[in-house]
Amino acid sequence: MFDQEKLSEFKTARKEWESKELQKSLSRSAERKETFKTGSGDVVGRLYTPEELEALDYMSEIGLPGQYPYTRGYQPTMYRGRLWTMRMYAGFSTAEESNKRYKYLVDQGSTGLSVAFDLPTQIGYDSDHSLAEGEVGKVGVAIDSLEDMETLFDGIQLDKVSTSMTINAPASVLLAMYIAVAEKQGVAPDKLRGTIQNDILKEYIARGTYIFPTEESMRLITNIFEYCSENVPQWNTISISGYHIREAGSTAAQEIGFTLADGIAYVDAAIKAGLDVDSFAPRLSFFFNAHNDLLEEVAKYRAARRLWAKIMKERFGAKKPQSMMLKFHTQTGGSTLTAQQPDNNIVRVAIQTLAAVLGGTQSLHTNSKDEAMALPTEDSVRIALRTQQIVAHESGVTNTVDPLAGSYYIEAKTKELEDKAMEYIKKIDEIGGAPKAIDAGYIQQEITDAAYKYQMDIEKEEVIVVGMNRYRIEEKAPQGLLKVDPAVGEMQKKKLVTLKEKRQNRIVEERLNALKKACEGTENVMPYILEAVKAYATLGEICGVMREVFGEYEQSVML
Amino acid sequence: MSKLIRVLVAKPGLDGHDRGAKMIARALRDAGMEVIYTGLRQTPEQIVAAAIQEDVDVIGMSILSGAHNHLFPKVINLLKEQNAEDIMVIAGGVIPEDDVSFLKEMGVAAIFTPGSTTTEIVQFIKEHVEQ
Amino acid sequence: MNLIQKMLSGDKRACARLISLVEDDAKEAEQVIKTIYPYTGKAHIIGITGPPGAGKSTLTDKFVKLLRSNGHKIGIIAVDPTSPYSGGAILGDRIRMNDLALDPQVFIRSMGTRGHLGGLAKATRDTVKILDAYGCDFVIIETVGVGQSEVDIVKAADTVVMVMVPGLGDDIQSIKAGIMEIGDIFVVNKSDLMGAQRTATEINMMLDLNQNMERRPPVIMVTANQNKNIDKLLDEVNAHQTYMETSGEFEKRRKSNIRRELLELVEESLKRLVIRATTENGELDSIAELLYNKNTDPITERDGLLEKINQ
Repeated sequence: MFDQEKLSEFKTARKEWESKELQKSLSRSAERKETFKTGSGDVVGRLYTPEELEALDYMSEIGLPGQYPYTRGYQPTMYRGRLWTMRMYAGFSTAEESNKRYKYLVDQGSTGLSVAFDLPTQIGYDSDHSLAEGEVGKVGVAIDSLEDMETLFDGIQLDKVSTSMTINAPASVLLAMYIAVAEKQGVAPDKLRGTIQNDILKEYIARGTYIFPTEESMRLITNIFEYCSENVPQWNTISISGYHIREAGSTAAQEIGFTLADGIAYVDAAIKAGLDVDSFAPRLSFFFNAHNDLLEEVAKYRAARRLWAKIMKERFGAKKPQSMMLKFHTQTGGSTLTAQQPDNNIVRVAIQTLAAVLGGTQSLHTNSKDEAMALPTEDSVRIALRTQQIVAHESGVTNTVDPLAGSYYIEAKTKELEDKAMEYIKKIDEIGGAPKAIDAGYIQQEITDAAYKYQMDIEKEEVIVVGMNRYRIEEKAPQGLLKVDPAVGEMQKKKLVTLKEKRQNRIVEERLNALKKACEGTENVMPYILEAVKAYATLGEICGVMREVFGEYEQSVML
Repeated sequence: MSKLIRVLVAKPGLDGHDRGAKMIARALRDAGMEVIYTGLRQTPEQIVAAAIQEDVDVIGMSILSGAHNHLFPKVINLLKEQNAEDIMVIAGGVIPEDDVSFLKEMGVAAIFTPGSTTTEIVQFIKEHVEQ
Repeated sequence: MNLIQKMLSGDKRACARLISLVEDDAKEAEQVIKTIYPYTGKAHIIGITGPPGAGKSTLTDKFVKLLRSNGHKIGIIAVDPTSPYSGGAILGDRIRMNDLALDPQVFIRSMGTRGHLGGLAKATRDTVKILDAYGCDFVIIETVGVGQSEVDIVKAADTVVMVMVPGLGDDIQSIKAGIMEIGDIFVVNKSDLMGAQRTATEINMMLDLNQNMERRPPVIMVTANQNKNIDKLLDEVNAHQTYMETSGEFEKRRKSNIRRELLELVEESLKRLVIRATTENGELDSIAELLYNKNTDPITERDGLLEKINQ
């Protein structure tokens, strides 16, 4: 990338500098630490120069935004054309409560919806299931049937918004409900824009809301790919996630490596199911974490884009540019928030927001200051949203595309992370792909090892967490945290009783039987789920049928 | 052979976030204790049954989903019913300060909220379990 | 002892407490064994062993569920390695047996190897006795079969099931020959994977090498996590039990195990006697010093110590 002669002169100058100015400075006072490390524990050098980028070729590795390998962005104008979507993950208690919060967020300037479901819903149980006790409405909204879904989007026109739904094992059912609600509003499926997370592999790895075994889950996922490519063409059918892998304690390189390995598994599965790669790949999306080490994070996003583009082109032979573009949503790292001196979290989130934006995210959720202890209140979520708006309108970083490109450190780090991630992908290939690597516990073991090392670094104070292991104060318990009404469980149970009396139970039974047959065979199950949903079969009933036919995932744990 | 401290580390309810539980399990093992790790989705009944069969000194529960006020008292009541109240119960996770006193009154010996170190937890167990 | 009465009448906590006593080798442990011994002898003891990753816990879970459907009472001892650095252990086998935790007719106990070679086998054997007296029809010992101590554990079993999997990277040949010899039934698990048939063939080839077998162990293919062919395992276990009884093998093996256990008890006691008599007063150190300086030899010293014990 650089003129060889000038570079040679530089190298000489550098060596001189090292023996003169640098030596002098070090002999007067040593550096603060022996080694400096990134948030992921990688050693960071004192200085990055053209020498570090000697082997890098600008056009093939860095290139232009909107052009393969998309290192500088998937789109030529990036934020000059359109800001990222400010999409705040929200949901708790009943559909009515959550509906209010969505309207508040849109009022305050958020530009996309993001639905958080409670654990029973995520695991395919109705609110009256024995395992749902104590959990209804706690970490998200409780959705038992199409009725709840209608309430959730009451007053929200589905052709006017884009909605992301964080739902995995029962994604097919919630998507069907969304389509059914839209139908009632008079909105055709081809007008719907949004995303379902639908990433079961990371559930097995790091998040735990799985239902069915691997093969059957992959079938559901490829059914969704196929159904949407024909009927809901603007829908992002999967959000291949690294966020949770990072939250579980992985390094930045592992976050990319394991996520892209999962992506490879999904592409493999879809191709095996007979789909042409270019027919579904443009609708694959990703979801990454925005962690503390700003520069490492920026390099991470760029490395992910470049690596995925290469994988889609070289490994899968994709022809459409859209198939090679890695588009992603980001969430600031929940595990970086502290319960101690919670106002500090606002600062952390601001830095993490900068990281995501400098990294070129398409959509962003920012955490609220109280989230180490509870779900956010209106006031704290407003500050989180304002954080995005301040970065967007006051910081200047959106004025030009990929502003940190060309930084010697950033480009060196981007290459380093790309290479490290590729090593992980190769290792997983050797084991036979992500699903097998998960069965063997390889991915989970790596993550737990990284997490433990980090925990020990914190306890040895080699990693400083302000307010927690340093700069502590005596504090009172925080006041005014959001509390979910414990009566929600009872309310939902009553609703279910009424629903089951009101609906046509004979039709429900028919539709569930038809679904069962479809599950037992090889047809695409989506149309059957849609029919069942429209008859007001409950989520639990539909998932119950699928549990019967597919069985349940049996956990195995690596410690 | 000397008496080792045996600890049951459990994830009650539907919460699937096990980073903390795994860190504690490792730290306890590195401190010389025997840890029976139950994995995810444990009902209070399963936790107590395991604790009794394994004759543990401590039950450690980790929960981040907000269902603690429902699940922890259930475990403690089951222990009482089965004459196993002598098993110490400790907890960790996302548990607001307001709930801590309620849970302690119910019989949870200690609650380790975000920011707690594995060192303090090991220390607490060693100090409170007779060896 | 009240605890023993409770255990004999089916109290789970009492049973668990007794197991802790023998595991910790507490003073009371000896009295426990003396008291319960007459109540033992009913259970069929099955050892399930094999390399890590073979799916033993999953197999045990499915196998026990099958036994339960026939109404049997089962005890399971799951052995996992203790860390040689810290002396602690993470015992995770229960994770794959979650359904069984609530079955009143199933008792699951996790055990660390605790770094004591002989001691582990003794603790396991004593736990088997307790579970036997507790009323179990079957007691299953599940352990990783890569170390000598684990081999010793399963030798105490009436039926040893060796679980292998295809493609673990290890050839059958690389697994210690001693372990292969003790298998009464060979199981190739994860038989849906590529290479399963080859693994079975390799096991059969190893068995071909041994011409002196009275009974050739069967090799069966299962897929535990899909519950496939577990009934075949039960058939073979039952067949082995029948063979053992009709051929007189059962009594022979039991007596051989009893003899071995007795001698080990004696050996352990003698060693303890010597240690107790010579450690505190520094005698053992002085002897070691003499030996180090070649002022004497181990044989002479051994005889001296034995003399001392005799008196």
